[in-house]
Amino acid sequence: MSEQSFADKVANTQVWKSIFRHGPPNNARNRAAVVAGNVFLHLHPIKLKKSGVQLGYTWCMGGLTFFVFLALTVTGVLLMFYYRPTAEYAFTDIIGLREHVPLGIMRELHRWGAHLMVITVWIHMFRVFMTGSYKPPREFNWGVGVILLVLTLLLSFTGYLLPWDQLAIWAITVGSNMAKATPFLGHGGPGAALAQIGDFVMVSDKNDVRFQLLGGRFVGEAALLRFYILHCVFIPLVVAVLIAVHFWRVRKDGGISAPL
Amino acid sequence: MIKEFINYLSSPLYSFTGVMAFFFFTVKRPDIVGSKKFGLISLVSILVIFGWMLTDPVFFSVISLPDNIPIIILNAVVLWSWWFAIHKGVENDKRIAAGEGPLEGTPENREKVWAWPNLVYTELFAGIACTVFLIVWAIFFKAPLEEPANPTWAPNPAKAPWYFLGLQEMLVYFDPWMAGVVLPGIILVGLILLPFIDTNPKGNGYFTFAERKFAISGFMFGWIVLWIFLIQVGTFLRGPNWTFYGPFEYWDAHKVVAENNINLSEIMWIKLFNTGLPKNIILREIFGILLTGFYLVGIVPIITKKWGHKFLKDMGTIRYYLLIFLILSAASLPIKMYLRWFINLKYIVAMPEFELNL
Repeated sequence: MSEQSFADKVANTQVWKSIFRHGPPNNARNRAAVVAGNVFLHLHPIKLKKSGVQLGYTWCMGGLTFFVFLALTVTGVLLMFYYRPTAEYAFTDIIGLREHVPLGIMRELHRWGAHLMVITVWIHMFRVFMTGSYKPPREFNWGVGVILLVLTLLLSFTGYLLPWDQLAIWAITVGSNMAKATPFLGHGGPGAALAQIGDFVMVSDKNDVRFQLLGGRFVGEAALLRFYILHCVFIPLVVAVLIAVHFWRVRKDGGISAPL
Repeated sequence: MIKEFINYLSSPLYSFTGVMAFFFFTVKRPDIVGSKKFGLISLVSILVIFGWMLTDPVFFSVISLPDNIPIIILNAVVLWSWWFAIHKGVENDKRIAAGEGPLEGTPENREKVWAWPNLVYTELFAGIACTVFLIVWAIFFKAPLEEPANPTWAPNPAKAPWYFLGLQEMLVYFDPWMAGVVLPGIILVGLILLPFIDTNPKGNGYFTFAERKFAISGFMFGWIVLWIFLIQVGTFLRGPNWTFYGPFEYWDAHKVVAENNINLSEIMWIKLFNTGLPKNIILREIFGILLTGFYLVGIVPIITKKWGHKFLKDMGTIRYYLLIFLILSAASLPIKMYLRWFINLKYIVAMPEFELNL
């Protein structure tokens, strides 16, 4: 036994064995065990069709979208330590992030990651479409994916306001002005003028959908707080739940699509 | 000279028509567009032209805005994935025509492999590559930060985030209630309903073109021509006052563009009948209302009789009419664009009294 290598010795310690409950994944039994026994890896099937692991088929875009989402969660949480969502502090905190915080590329990673996620999610949809993977039995999961796509855009959009610079508030102003034009629900949209009884205006700029979105009649401090909560808490939670549904259904609908 | 010519060609009328022409060529001859030779030639020529364009200071100043970098990455990925998907589809179509079945369905590819290491390692490497890419990007390009927010001073142009610029570009041709609410809503609902409308059982789980010609053409038209291309226009070709600027044209805020767009009602009543606009709103807009009604309802039996009866029989009533509605909605945008370019049409139905302009 004196020939035992260092790696073998480590693998034989009680600590190692308590963490990894099986031997190295170099035989069938352990390869099954490593995937099935790990809470993160068990998202995968133990075995799958060869076509489903080929980059030429999947482009890895769905997986990368999830990976970037995780990276955004990590960098986003780190950013939250330095950022206060108030009109007084938001901008100066961003300056501080750039000037004073060590390893000052966290905001860059977060911003470019957000753009990258929009791109990967679009290309993922394109690949799924081009391989006909929305066809039965995967219709429902395609719908979940479309909603995730929209939520990705909304995540990126709500985050766009948080630096509280000119770029941010005017981009959000342009975007949220669209809500003003919602038929019947926005005060500048068709049909809103019909919802009027005598002098009483039912849909005005003080209660329409844009007001609900911004918490005011323009992009101000209330909008900043709303977008902050939507961006950091509400939408990520919904996305996390839907991702779980999406992955679960990928498995339950027969794994990565392949010719029938 | 060349630059002026490119500026001229980039105007929405010519560039949109050009993209449409290329799209129809792709759909007609995917075997040419999907060939390796075509891909290589396009790649080299795009790189050469793009490199040459980068030497222009005006073009460079627009393209190197930090928030425009993602669009360049998007364009690279979209063009590549467009070509690659067609390439794979055409390869499979050849195999299917020869009776071999798609590449994804060969006995070798149907064989099951272990997730560890085949899948897990691929994911690990993809994750590492992605991390490296992001870190390099983050080191070389600072996240943009302009002056502190100032609600009293609007920059010109004020642009939405780039992924919504296709919608903002639509604002040129439609009012916000259409461009910002109704059309995006139709896109969203249409996408979710897609698997229920497309009942073609073929092409499930492998790349193909020939077996799903109609579905792929329709989707690609919406995705590449209407969505991706309009983002390019909104980002790179729209300057102050949302005026068109060529790629090499300096964004001069004082560029004056004659805008004499007129409504259909004015064309009909004033130009054609030589009378004033009627007081009654409905009467004033009657031509637009009739035209819109014809486009959404009256045209449907004609389409059905000419092309659709086979689809109607195969798909069933609900699916068929949903499909027609989605196609008409998508087509309304290019129709409105060309009407604007050719006859300066502003609104087909103009009822500012109810904020209802179409």
